[in-house]
Amino acid sequence: MSEKVLMKGNEALGEAALRAGCRHFFGYPITPQTELSAYLSKKMPKVGGTFLQAESEIAAINMVLGAAGSGVRAMTSSSSPGISLKSEGVSYIAGSDVPALIINVQRGGPGLGSIQPSQSDYWQATKALGHGDFQLFVLAPSTVQEMADFVALAFETAEKYRMPAMILSDGMLGQMMEPVVFPNETEIHEGDKSWAACGHKNARKHNVVNSLYIEAKDLEKTVVERYERYEKVKANEQRSESYLTEDADIVIVAFGASSRVSRSAVNAARAKGIKAGLFRPITLWPYPETELEKIVPTAKKFLVVEMNMGQMIEDVKLVVGGRKPVEFFGRTGGIIPTPGEILEAIEKM
Amino acid sequence: MAVVFEKPHALADVPFHYCPGCTHGIVHRLVAEAIDELGVEGNAVGIASVGCSVFAYNYFNCDMIQSPHGRAQAVATGVKRAHPENVVFTYQGDGDLAAIGTCETVHAATRGENITVIFINNAIYGMTGGQMAPTSLPGQITQTTPYGRDVKTAGYPIRMCEMLSTLDGVALAQRVTVDSVKHVNEAKKAIKKAFENQINGLGYSIVEVVSTCPTNWGLAPADAIKWLQDNMLPYYPLGVYKDVTAQQGGEQ
Amino acid sequence: MANTMNVLLAGFGGQGILFTGKVMVYAALMEDKNLSWLPSYGPEMRGGTCNCSVVISDEAVGSPLVTNPDVLIAMNRPSLEKFVGTVVPGGTILVDSSTVDIKVERTDVTVYYVPATKLADENGLKGLANIILLGKLYKEKGFVKEESLDAGLQKCIPPKKAAMLDFNRKALKLGMEQ
Repeated sequence: MSEKVLMKGNEALGEAALRAGCRHFFGYPITPQTELSAYLSKKMPKVGGTFLQAESEIAAINMVLGAAGSGVRAMTSSSSPGISLKSEGVSYIAGSDVPALIINVQRGGPGLGSIQPSQSDYWQATKALGHGDFQLFVLAPSTVQEMADFVALAFETAEKYRMPAMILSDGMLGQMMEPVVFPNETEIHEGDKSWAACGHKNARKHNVVNSLYIEAKDLEKTVVERYERYEKVKANEQRSESYLTEDADIVIVAFGASSRVSRSAVNAARAKGIKAGLFRPITLWPYPETELEKIVPTAKKFLVVEMNMGQMIEDVKLVVGGRKPVEFFGRTGGIIPTPGEILEAIEKM
Repeated sequence: MAVVFEKPHALADVPFHYCPGCTHGIVHRLVAEAIDELGVEGNAVGIASVGCSVFAYNYFNCDMIQSPHGRAQAVATGVKRAHPENVVFTYQGDGDLAAIGTCETVHAATRGENITVIFINNAIYGMTGGQMAPTSLPGQITQTTPYGRDVKTAGYPIRMCEMLSTLDGVALAQRVTVDSVKHVNEAKKAIKKAFENQINGLGYSIVEVVSTCPTNWGLAPADAIKWLQDNMLPYYPLGVYKDVTAQQGGEQ
Repeated sequence: MANTMNVLLAGFGGQGILFTGKVMVYAALMEDKNLSWLPSYGPEMRGGTCNCSVVISDEAVGSPLVTNPDVLIAMNRPSLEKFVGTVVPGGTILVDSSTVDIKVERTDVTVYYVPATKLADENGLKGLANIILLGKLYKEKGFVKEESLDAGLQKCIPPKKAAMLDFNRKALKLGMEQ
């Protein structure tokens, strides 16, 4: 069906997962990601796949570890408090070099927080989703179309570099309907799985999927090797979008839901004669520093807009390195900023 | 010269790290023998847990996944759902299975997850140095119950086989021990049956092996066996608590 | 931003608020317009107030959350009270006057009072007050071609409830006559 259809972001994620060849979903109910589970619970049995509602988020992520560790495309989805519960399993998945997909349809925090859209898990996703030295490949969609497009990309990148991937979405993108186009046929590029624990069939030495290295020097070696792979990810996989930044005096940096609102604010500012532009990181890790760096010489000021108290701004500041002022506008707790509010922040600069 | 005794093929040819008198070695061997006799090494995937048996992935020649603490049966579920043709087993201690992993254990069991669970109950946390386990006996002195386990504050031990036998998804729940040749033979039969049940698609099978921990019990190996017989077996009676292939009910 | 219509539909759960929004965006989809549909979600959808943001535009939709609607459709009193102040000056408010017993005091907006629930009951269209209001909105704003609106309706009514299509068409027509 290469025609435009209307779908909720959560449903688009589910449909895209099926089209990407994912046949194993393990989840636990939580608002506002529920439609994704509901969609896959309906569709998975029809394609001979596994939909399993686990007893907890913790169990679900460990089922992903088992399934993905045995070589299949497996995923789980949740929202902020549930992602915190998954952090143990994510750390093991990273430490065992297992590719898997974790979807976070963010809501307000900390604690039980709210169920309204938020971006306050940026740090969790990009810096510390679990203990130990590791990273996830993190994609931040801003439309329902990107929700769909990023699923296969996430699986492929995860498999290429043998690391977990996350789609960092939010309640707004998950709940909203927008037109989305799925290609007639999705080509599935599955990575090498010769390391998987799925039975050696008496044809090879036994595989061990493991994150334990009792000798410190052995652990250091594996972690250093993993970071060499991360360097390749940094070099090859940065993604971003620049909108009207070439001549912009004020460059907004925003991702996901807040980038959409920021784009409207940029248009409104331009209509008032203010040269504003938008830089939208699409990969949050690796952070698209190469493209952002290109804008630093020409921009006069940066305004970071987030649905949190200021998290990504630290990565922007690292790139800008004090050469230009970097200011912040944010709403939090589940509030989506309005274009008017952002325009006001632009005008104040 | 005729070979009268050899290592099972499924058991790796490396020295165990287990303490003298620890019964892990015997149970490892029984698991490997069952895998050999059923000819399933090529399809087997074992899930190592956290605790003394954490290195089980080094000791079995089949594919292995090392799981987070308590999550072995969730990991096993993932493997089994992805590869129903695989023979999937977990090997877990009491802290792993009956404390931090109780939720995963109960739900894998009630789903009737078609896996084999080997449960080592030695009434103590071995790897971390002898703390109270969920199965430590009332009055038992451990590092964290230095005055003996006081049930008023530390609660009572859990009898997992009895509890799990109430669940419809369970095909086999049996408690065995390895303190004598007779009991080792019984344990072997139970473990083999737990694998056969999986091959026959009968659902969740758990074999609880009442085991020793001479190091953390502070006893010589022979005394540890005696302590097991005198203290653990009365609290944890051996027997079949559920067996869908036979008459139900415990034979004690 | 010309050619953008921000609509907020609000009422009780069960009044067909989300459905009405869906018909609108499917109609817009027929004409390849940019659009978004965002429901309120959470506890309020279980019996409490319910609202839905619809944006139909010739350019890419920025925020799908409508905070200052060009058009407000209010199907109960709490919704009108809550959102009346958010409508942009010069905007439009449609009120189901059979379920809302207050009047809009603002003078900088155009208000249409349609006794939609009463009309629905009298015409054998029980439960279709929402579509009557949509018909009225269409008459005043004509945001898509009429055949697109009908196609939108067809998209939103599952084949196994095909009998409902005629009732919805009648309701739409009744609304356009108000």
